[in-house]
Amino acid sequence: MEFFLISLLNGITYGLLLFMLSSGLTLIFSMMGVLNFAHASFYMLGAYFAYQISGYIGFWPALVLAPLGVAVLGMLVERYGLRTVHKHGHVAELLFTFGLAYLIEEAVHLIWGRSAVSYGVPKDLDGTLFTIYGTAFPEYRGFMMLISVLMLVALYLILTRTRIGLVIQAALTHPETVEALGHNVPRVFMLVFGGGAALAGLAGVIGGNAFVTSPGMALQLGAIVFVVVVIGGMGSLAGAFIASLLIGLLQTFSVALDWSLAGLFRPVGITFPADTFLGEVWNLTLASAAPVLPYLLMVLVLLFRPRGLMGTRDT
Amino acid sequence: MSTGVLRFKPINVGRYLTWGLFALLLILAPLVFSQGFAITMLTQMGIWIIFALSYNMLLGQTGLLSFGHAVYSGVGAYFAMHALNMLSSGALVFPVTLLPIFGGLFGLAFGVIFGYVTTKKSGTAFAMITLGIGEMVFAASLMFPSFFGGEGGISGNRVVGKPFLGITYGPATQVYYLVALWTFVSMIAMFAITRTPLGRMANAVRDNPERVEFVGYNTHMVRFLMFALAGFFAGIAGGLSAINYEIVAAESLSAQRSGGVLLAAYIGGVGFFFGPVIGAILFTFFVVYIATLTQAWLLYLGIFFIAMVMFAPGGLASIILMNLRVAKAGLFHRLWKPYGWLAAAGLIAFLGFVALVEMTYRLSDTGGGAMSLFGITFDVRSALPWIVGALVLGVGGFLYRLTWIRFRDQWDDIQRIIQERTA
Repeated sequence: MEFFLISLLNGITYGLLLFMLSSGLTLIFSMMGVLNFAHASFYMLGAYFAYQISGYIGFWPALVLAPLGVAVLGMLVERYGLRTVHKHGHVAELLFTFGLAYLIEEAVHLIWGRSAVSYGVPKDLDGTLFTIYGTAFPEYRGFMMLISVLMLVALYLILTRTRIGLVIQAALTHPETVEALGHNVPRVFMLVFGGGAALAGLAGVIGGNAFVTSPGMALQLGAIVFVVVVIGGMGSLAGAFIASLLIGLLQTFSVALDWSLAGLFRPVGITFPADTFLGEVWNLTLASAAPVLPYLLMVLVLLFRPRGLMGTRDT
Repeated sequence: MSTGVLRFKPINVGRYLTWGLFALLLILAPLVFSQGFAITMLTQMGIWIIFALSYNMLLGQTGLLSFGHAVYSGVGAYFAMHALNMLSSGALVFPVTLLPIFGGLFGLAFGVIFGYVTTKKSGTAFAMITLGIGEMVFAASLMFPSFFGGEGGISGNRVVGKPFLGITYGPATQVYYLVALWTFVSMIAMFAITRTPLGRMANAVRDNPERVEFVGYNTHMVRFLMFALAGFFAGIAGGLSAINYEIVAAESLSAQRSGGVLLAAYIGGVGFFFGPVIGAILFTFFVVYIATLTQAWLLYLGIFFIAMVMFAPGGLASIILMNLRVAKAGLFHRLWKPYGWLAAAGLIAFLGFVALVEMTYRLSDTGGGAMSLFGITFDVRSALPWIVGALVLGVGGFLYRLTWIRFRDQWDDIQRIIQERTA
């Protein structure tokens, strides 16, 4: 029970973090048709910016300033990069963001070095929030959850209750009509791109110190976020939300379970030696297979429901 | 009663000449560049040419942007290495010369397995799924150390069996000629595929899948076949790399390698058959040579790539062909001067940029101190070199903009003249 509750909480925290990334990615994708390959790089930049800023003036200002910095960068990228490439088509846009991801990773190498930096949890949040069955649940995880939920609510309110949100929603499906009504659609695109980047940056600020801040973090999480978007259905925010939580829980639970196929047969007295290839397959624990599970789930979803869980279009 | 059809098939002299010259180039290259370093580089170039061309079967010919092509070369390399080790132990009798085909067959097999799932989609979804599959295979390779050898990989010895006509594949030159032979054969095969109905349908699927469906073809099947064939040639490249390095590690399945082949093919130019060849040569040059000069080589390569995506989506091949067109019209003499100015201004900006990048690296790497660049020694922690670097970059960039405008005017004028002539 203790294991279940703690894993559940950790899984939800991780899933919400994933949603902060996948929501921005989904919004940008459904608006501009651009799959932002560099989205996870913005996440990484958020973490590094926060590391740098918190070194000077502390964590709390960094929580606000780092996402803003990432947002500005995102808007610049959209204005001076993507808009130029747009005329060459979607593949060129995808390649552009791919190159950008490459560049950002190299720039991070250049400025902060190749190994992880010591971006730690702030002192104010270093304690224990509560204890269940003797296991402590850290304050910082609770804080991450709080920020993610606040972000979620804010995103929902902005999209449904404000004028800009309505313009964004309209521009998702009918950009020409929105433009004809006198709204500056390219500027809306720029804002959405910046906003998505800011969300990713914020995820980096709160995720970078909970996990690890290193140049490899973008690629590692980026691939998972893509899996989330494919499983949820491309362009569906609700799908991205469900898939984020699903993947978050799947990864958190599987790393802690040492079940294996061989374990199934052990009670009946059949054992498998681990020194052959087949033996390795039989003895593979769920914990060590954990990194592969999201991808396997993606393949299964593609085979049996190609549009994803909540997707409406068969891309 | 003979219903004979009149066939007129002239021998395509130009094509035979091109391939003949290419074969000659492959044979002569190690005689001209005979240092050990150059031979190693040439060998790697051959492997990357096959790899990049196989990638272009997807991106250039079928319009499939894959982020996981290293899976097929990597799997080919692993299986070829296991086959090589079985040769050593005598469990298998097989000439080493034919080993790459082994890699190719396993590349094909995995191309069939994964290709069936991935090619259900095209466009952006395809790109994401290939990335996912690539990450999956990479992660899985670390889970089965008995087959993949974990992080360290598996190694073998390519000098096995009796020498055949004195060929042992011990010396690097012999390996080069093995790679050259396979490069030549694979290139011809891949070129031939572009001329088959399948190759033509692949182009059609790239350009207008909807119309292809109406004509009665199954676009999924066309994509699938091209994907599997691309896997085959990638596997051959992998098999050759197993022979060349005598070690295969997890890195050969990594996203970095998949990204590398995308960069190589795109920089060369995916719209032309020979584009990826140029790209592969350039890429190998970067990996083998520039990487020894600076740590920031990936940054330079990335910037080069982005510049290509933004300003020359046809790659180097299209730039070459456009200039050839100008030269053919006899107007190239008008471009010498603008090109010269452009190059001079570009060089200034480039030097400034390189100086700034290298100084940043130095600062983050060792915390500063003295460094020498372009023959000048200075202290990175003082402000002067930074100001100079920024100034050089700024002035160079400004001059580049000025000269670019002059160049573009001249270029547009020439294009207009050519258009009028052909019209």
